[in-house]
Amino acid sequence: MAKTDALQGSLDLLVLKILSRRPRLHGYAIMAAIASSSGDVLRAEEGSLYPALYRMEEAGWIRAEWIKKDSGRRARIYELTAAGKKQLGAEESRWQSVSLAINRVLREA
Amino acid sequence: MSFWSRIANAMHGERLNREIEEELQAHIEEAVAAGRDPAEARRAFGSALHAREAAHGIRAAGALESLFSDARFGWRQLCRNKVTSVAAVLSLALGIGSCVAAFRLIDALLWRPLPIANSSKLYVLSRKMIGLYGKPIEDGHWATPEYKVLRDAIKDQADLIAVSDADRTDITWSTEDDTEKAHVAYVSGNMFPLFGLEPALGRLLSPADDRGPGLAPYAVLSWDYWNRRFGRDSRVLGCPLHIGDQTFEIIGVGPRGFTGTETGTVTEIFLPLSMSSLATQESVTWHRTFLMLQPDVNPATALEPLRQHLSAVNRAYETEHAKRFKGVNQTDIDRWLNQTLVVTPAGAGISDLQKDYRRFLGILGLLAALVLLIACVNVGNMMTAQAAARAQEMALRISIGAGRRRLVQLILTQSALLAFFASILGAAFAAWSAPFVLSLVNPPDNPARLALPADGRVLLFGFALIVLVVLLLGLLPALRASAVRPVAALKGGADPHAPRRLLRGAIALQVAFCCLVLFLSSLFVASFQRLANRPLGFSTDRLLLLETVTSKGQLPVVWNQTAEAIRAVPGVDAVAIAGWAVPGRIAINSDISMNGASPSPTPAWFLNVSPGWLAVMKIPLVSGRDFLPQDTAPGAAIVNETFAQTYFPGQDPLGRAFDRNGNQFLGPTVPYKIVGVVPDVAYRNLREPNRAIFYTPFNAADSKSIPQSVDFATFIIHTQAKNPLALANTLRQLIAERHNGLRVSNVTTEADLVRDQTVRERLLATLAAFFAAVALLLAGIGLYAVLNYSVLQRRREIGIRMAIGSTRTAIVRLVTLDVFLMIALGGCAGLALGIGAARFVATLFYQVKPTDAAMIALPACAILLTALVATLPAVLRALRTDPTQILRAE
Repeated sequence: MAKTDALQGSLDLLVLKILSRRPRLHGYAIMAAIASSSGDVLRAEEGSLYPALYRMEEAGWIRAEWIKKDSGRRARIYELTAAGKKQLGAEESRWQSVSLAINRVLREA
Repeated sequence: MSFWSRIANAMHGERLNREIEEELQAHIEEAVAAGRDPAEARRAFGSALHAREAAHGIRAAGALESLFSDARFGWRQLCRNKVTSVAAVLSLALGIGSCVAAFRLIDALLWRPLPIANSSKLYVLSRKMIGLYGKPIEDGHWATPEYKVLRDAIKDQADLIAVSDADRTDITWSTEDDTEKAHVAYVSGNMFPLFGLEPALGRLLSPADDRGPGLAPYAVLSWDYWNRRFGRDSRVLGCPLHIGDQTFEIIGVGPRGFTGTETGTVTEIFLPLSMSSLATQESVTWHRTFLMLQPDVNPATALEPLRQHLSAVNRAYETEHAKRFKGVNQTDIDRWLNQTLVVTPAGAGISDLQKDYRRFLGILGLLAALVLLIACVNVGNMMTAQAAARAQEMALRISIGAGRRRLVQLILTQSALLAFFASILGAAFAAWSAPFVLSLVNPPDNPARLALPADGRVLLFGFALIVLVVLLLGLLPALRASAVRPVAALKGGADPHAPRRLLRGAIALQVAFCCLVLFLSSLFVASFQRLANRPLGFSTDRLLLLETVTSKGQLPVVWNQTAEAIRAVPGVDAVAIAGWAVPGRIAINSDISMNGASPSPTPAWFLNVSPGWLAVMKIPLVSGRDFLPQDTAPGAAIVNETFAQTYFPGQDPLGRAFDRNGNQFLGPTVPYKIVGVVPDVAYRNLREPNRAIFYTPFNAADSKSIPQSVDFATFIIHTQAKNPLALANTLRQLIAERHNGLRVSNVTTEADLVRDQTVRERLLATLAAFFAAVALLLAGIGLYAVLNYSVLQRRREIGIRMAIGSTRTAIVRLVTLDVFLMIALGGCAGLALGIGAARFVATLFYQVKPTDAAMIALPACAILLTALVATLPAVLRALRTDPTQILRAE
């Protein structure tokens, strides 16, 4: 079990951000990217990652595609849609304001 | 992923699962390749099943998917019991189809708004008063002069529209003699504009066409008639149309769908009100008066003041009018003037057909609904039994965690499947049966015509009905099934009597409904039989009736010569002339006065007949003689026994004299001297009590013995052939070739005339008998199924009882006692309901009382007999139970 699960509700933001930097990743790569770019602090649980991916696909923020890998297996890769880019912007600014607010509270204390 | 892709995923659940599985597998491989421990990577997903379910739930419309699987499961269940399923679908289809058909008829005749603007602001005026026999009547017809007074009195708030009944009239499209019939209505010029109707061709009548008698000889055709008679030929504009001695010019065609305001009759030709000779008559009430509120007037507040205003104007008018009544005593005038003006919503049109068939259709709807209920109870029983058989399965499902909601859904889905198939069959049945029943509603000469579109209203009703059926069918078994206590059921120790209690209740319910249907049906069948076998007082055998008219009237001698010519035709036995045929649509009454005294309180009806009429109709003379060729009217009269008893109680009427209404005020008159007495005959219709009737000689003359011309009469011809209609064309031609102005307007037979009198009763009896048979059949099947199920279920108990020496009688009692108790309970409840319901439709009965012992015994016996037949197989099965076999098997 992960020590530091991604903050509840911020998983979408992380996935969108990762996909905006590096399009066409499969699920494991996304998980790995979250881990590496957060310096192994944040971990996305497999059990939450895939439902989140399907939910975002359902919402139209990302789209999926099956590709053939060199090993002969198929992989399902994801990329951002236009709606997803807009959503990313919204999530990012929401995150900024929330973390700003939290920092302000911490400073007062 | 769109909504549709979720639905698509729901339908391909397996493929979706494979894809999800594949992706998760790929993930684990990546993780292993990256150096993670395979077991740990797999564990990270938690329960594989759970992960898949969660992912699946997002990518597929979950509720829909479970619905699909339930439907598949329900379908397999239905297929497993093919015979029961087919029987269930058929009985439900019959019930649903009957209900929808009844709704279509009721809606088309009583509820559907006319295709006009503001139909909700349309009302009709009528007067309630005490009629001739002291009975309250409602008169919906008005005289044109009074209509104009009323119209002008309220013109600021509402418009009044005059529309006559659409009479079947002789019309001619060319100057030749080939007349045909069309339904002609006279309407005030404001009707078309106020109804917001636009012409399909030419122009419609307008207020300018109300100018006055003879000034607007214009006619408008209905679209329906233009389509049927002229094939939508636009050259019809300007064509001359002859009606009587008037000629009209076709100026336009009405909009499609509008067939007048008389629901049940298609008006074919609209003429201006002012063109009727009746429009100037002060005392002839002949057209309806509609009230159309102006758009900005609120009906809730404006209607009652408007009614009071109209009522006051009406009373003032009638009071003025009554001053001209001569020789009528003041009590009668006061009674006449004490009338109430009534304003009734008429958005669905107004017609006698509505009045005559309102209760009829109500009964039809009730019977159809009851049959549907019986079918629902039957199918519900079937499903309860099936659910009881599946109690263990349900228990298992619940104990491994299936939601109870899901179980209810499972059973409701199955009943929805049944209802779905039943509704398809039912729709086909309704599509056929509604027009079929309508075609049987066939009043004399005037077949009912209604638009029966299968539009949104019908579909909405059908849909609501299906939802109701699904709930009725499935709800009870569903709730029962979901209330299963898994522990008890799996141990096999669940209360074995629970489903049987439910089924017993269902039997009582079903028998009650069935008894109600049977009871009402037997009342209607008995009514019809008594009406059809009512003594008429005359013979209908081999009588041909030629209704004959003249445009300007002909002297009696011409009529008599024509009768002679008919008599000479081979195949003709005897010929007589009467003013009209009895029982007929015409009924004319007169006040009767003796020795110049004021008229008696009750009037008498009359009919002018030629010598020999009594013989042709096979009406015997009680005393006196038939008319002689030299008898004239006034002068001689033959009266019926009721007349004799009314006006000459306890005396011999022969040789006595009487006067007709108010003749004494026109100067010295010749009184009618009674020369003969005959038995009572049915004069106007078969249902009413006998009226006082006097017959006058066909040869009419005035007080100076100068012959008077006759406008119309009916030749009554006794033929040698069994089918009198075989001679119809020969005789029609013979009359036309004489070129004496006489023209046959209608041909029928006395037998048809009498049969037409009982159209409604015959139809009601036929349909009621049909529903009774279906109800009995369904109840029988239901009873059989329930008892059979209960015997099967108690096989072990019966086996044990037999093994320890129970007698056969005891076994029979064990199996049937409670069922027959339920039948008795249901039967009594049904009869009580029936006696209550019969009070509302008493006007449809003829000489039948709901409380007659025979009327109660009949349905009771029918139910009992059905119950015996239905329970026999189950009882036999119980008796054949082989205890050793049962006990060994257990």
